Amino acid sequence: MPNYQFTVNGERRSLDVEADMPLLWALRDVLGLIGTKYGCGIGQCGACTVHLDGVAVRACSTPVAAVAGRAVRTIEGLATGDDLHPLQKAWIDLDVAQCGYCQAGQIMAAAALLAANPQPSDAQIDAAMAGNYCRCGTYNRIRSAVRKVAGASSALWYDATAMEVSA
Amino acid sequence: MSAHRLLDAIRGALRTHAGVDRREFLKLAGITGGGFVLAAVAPRGVFASEGTEKLVASAELNAFVHVSSDGKITIYSANPEMGQGVKTTLPMIIAEEMGADWRDVEVVQAPVDEARFGRQGAGGSTTVPRTWNQMREMGATAREMFISAGALVMEVPREELHAESSKVVHTSGRFKTFAELATLASRQPAPEPGTLIFKERADYTIIGRAVSGVDNLAITTGQALFGIDTRVEDMLYAAYEKCPAIGGKVVSANVDEIRAMPGIVDAFLLRGNGDVRELLDGVAIVGRTTWHVFQAKKQLKVKWDESAASKDSWAELVTRATAGAGTRGEADVYAKGDVDTRFAAAGNRTLEAFYEYPFVSHFTLEPMNCSAHYRKGQNGAKDTVELWIPTQFPAGAHAAAKSMFGFEPDQVTVHQMRLGGSFGRRVYSEYICESMKISERVGRPVKLTWMREDDLRHDFYRVGGFQKVKAAIDAEGRLVAFENHHFGMKRDGEVVSGSGFRENEFPVQNIADALISNTWFDIGTPCGPWRAPRSNTNAFVMQTFLAEVAHTAGRDYVDFLLELLGEPRWLEEGNAWALHTGRAAGVIREAAKAAGWGRNLPAGRGLGFAFYFCHAAHVAEVAEVSVDAKKHVTVHKVTVAVDVGPIINRSGALSQVEGAVIDGLSTMMGQKITMEGGRIQQSNFHDYRILRMPSAPPVDIHFIESDFAPTGLGEPALPPLAPAVCNAIFAATGERIRKMPLADLGYTI
Repeated sequence: MPNYQFTVNGERRSLDVEADMPLLWALRDVLGLIGTKYGCGIGQCGACTVHLDGVAVRACSTPVAAVAGRAVRTIEGLATGDDLHPLQKAWIDLDVAQCGYCQAGQIMAAAALLAANPQPSDAQIDAAMAGNYCRCGTYNRIRSAVRKVAGASSALWYDATAMEVSA
Repeated sequence: MSAHRLLDAIRGALRTHAGVDRREFLKLAGITGGGFVLAAVAPRGVFASEGTEKLVASAELNAFVHVSSDGKITIYSANPEMGQGVKTTLPMIIAEEMGADWRDVEVVQAPVDEARFGRQGAGGSTTVPRTWNQMREMGATAREMFISAGALVMEVPREELHAESSKVVHTSGRFKTFAELATLASRQPAPEPGTLIFKERADYTIIGRAVSGVDNLAITTGQALFGIDTRVEDMLYAAYEKCPAIGGKVVSANVDEIRAMPGIVDAFLLRGNGDVRELLDGVAIVGRTTWHVFQAKKQLKVKWDESAASKDSWAELVTRATAGAGTRGEADVYAKGDVDTRFAAAGNRTLEAFYEYPFVSHFTLEPMNCSAHYRKGQNGAKDTVELWIPTQFPAGAHAAAKSMFGFEPDQVTVHQMRLGGSFGRRVYSEYICESMKISERVGRPVKLTWMREDDLRHDFYRVGGFQKVKAAIDAEGRLVAFENHHFGMKRDGEVVSGSGFRENEFPVQNIADALISNTWFDIGTPCGPWRAPRSNTNAFVMQTFLAEVAHTAGRDYVDFLLELLGEPRWLEEGNAWALHTGRAAGVIREAAKAAGWGRNLPAGRGLGFAFYFCHAAHVAEVAEVSVDAKKHVTVHKVTVAVDVGPIINRSGALSQVEGAVIDGLSTMMGQKITMEGGRIQQSNFHDYRILRMPSAPPVDIHFIESDFAPTGLGEPALPPLAPAVCNAIFAATGERIRKMPLADLGYTI
């Protein structure tokens, strides 16, 4: 069995797994990082979105062999210690999640977008997030949360600041 | 709980906590009399033994509320959380009545113990109305016990005290914190429920606010929450292949080849019991990771016996219904007045239409999964099974274990896991039975995960159907007769969940002459509840047809609806779950006003209106839509007015409406399950279309917070969406929509 070395959330990892094992299952079933979700296995739903060298990829369609020597970041590694990523804070402040299953993938997709383009337009947000399904239909709150972090001056229809959310 | 296990629990607790006094201990065991312990129902159960230590460390006010000496208030949430928000909403009600500061509250998913917590299921938008009084009682009881303790400590009359912000406060301003009073409060007699006085709405400090979901930190940081996140020591991973023609039996499979594949531990045939809700025949594959078993599953070669399998064909159902549309159904006829005379009367106009709607899937983004650990009893002890399940009805696992193994409830431990969506999907036990049987066979804990393809092909689908409707309009433009020939589905001789058109469908109760008849087709495809069963299709038919009736009569649809509703009244006297015409008129007027109903719009753009009543909720929706020359639909905005009584969690309530609108739009535009030869023809998201973010419209929501008791909001905002959009498309284009999904008519979004 070949050996692959890469970093996950800044930690060096060494795995002896088949070359074609998708990163998704290496994360979930071998490394125990279950924050990255299985939704379809064919790159259609985005629930498994992680960062590979800072770029959003579908972990279900990325073989382990393709990440050797590279840096993987998952939802578990998005916060810096106890400091949440601004998107995680916004997701809590705007109470984005319903069932919550897709949200790790949504946040990782949004984080990659904002890293590349800190002030995206609405159309750019829609384009970047179009690959991520939300079965519960939280798209408007996702859009609002990304805009909030991007410092959008004009509110969407959904006025996030009107939300009174408990500590 | 058997007496034997109860005694074991008692002995265990005494060993661990020798200092605990008898009274406190009995309370832990839930076996005191005289109302000292307030359980949700008669307290017969006892907490799992691993929970006793935590209980002793904190003071138990009742089955749902514990307060520790550091001031932390632990509130149990007893019902499954699937995105509908009850894990936040129900504890808010308790905290409100208790006088707690929400920031002190920690919500914990309760153990599965219906003797202690009452019914622990979730479904039918019933959790809030069913538990509203129970939750208020839990909170108010704890509050009164704190006040009694405060009176003792501060040496003042109870009447001079009240609770707020996790404190008992005297009229003088002096106070004691809940933390200081917790132990003493737990020893105060619980008041009789009949003596409790609940807070006035004007005094609410928590109910009515927007509160962020209690699991949001865990969700946004990727912590284990969902059933599929379960990991236990020594666990193996499993997949299960069933016959693609639903109900087929397994004859043989290349299990020897499968066992030789990398990462595979075992592969074997399972014989089902023929009940699609429990266990169908199949081939189980067990391995080191989910990926290994999924890969092996793709290499399976199975010989199926399809003689008793489903032979369903959607195309054939369409042909049969279309052929029968000119007739009156022969089954289950409901008639009042004389529709035929009305239809034939000179001066009356008649209108007919034939509607079609497809089967659809739940496709929860978390696929079906269950982790199970079957343990052989040692030294004569009975076998047991431990389960980690995302399920709407955890008690269903007891019945499943009884059916599979003859187990009594005390042989079954259920861990209620968060559901990655459900919408009515996770109410049966087939994925639980499969997992239990596989664990029994391999003698180790297993996590069974369905591939997305399994999930889409082995659902309990929202049933499809057909309706031929007919109306008579009198000279004044009033609806005076209505007939519906409903084509529904039966399976094993029973009408399937979600199929049917009942005599309390609006506006049957509002007119004198109506006739409903049925033709039932026998099918083999399993069906089950799907967000607002029956309503999600009947609303489409009725609210597009009534709008067409109004248009034909030259009437404004909102005026037409208001006239049809008439004076404010319950349509069924004494039934608070019936339609109230005044509440209906209220949401209709509110939605019309908020959406600017009646304003002029440019060519190609239109407003569509729909009203629907279900789940005790009155909802009106207005869609503003453009359609271009290529039939591309843009939904600019959806305006919603809702009366479900007082709103508990404003954020959660808005979420349910926003989600229902998006879900409804996604479903009506592109979703359709078809079958041929009993096989479901769709397999994954490439051939089952779901709305993506760029197509999601803004949703403008207006709550009418009437003084009626609060009711549920998980489902009722979905049904009016499809007819509102279809009526808007008519306004924009002149084309009547009588078939879903709209993709079949050439529309895109």
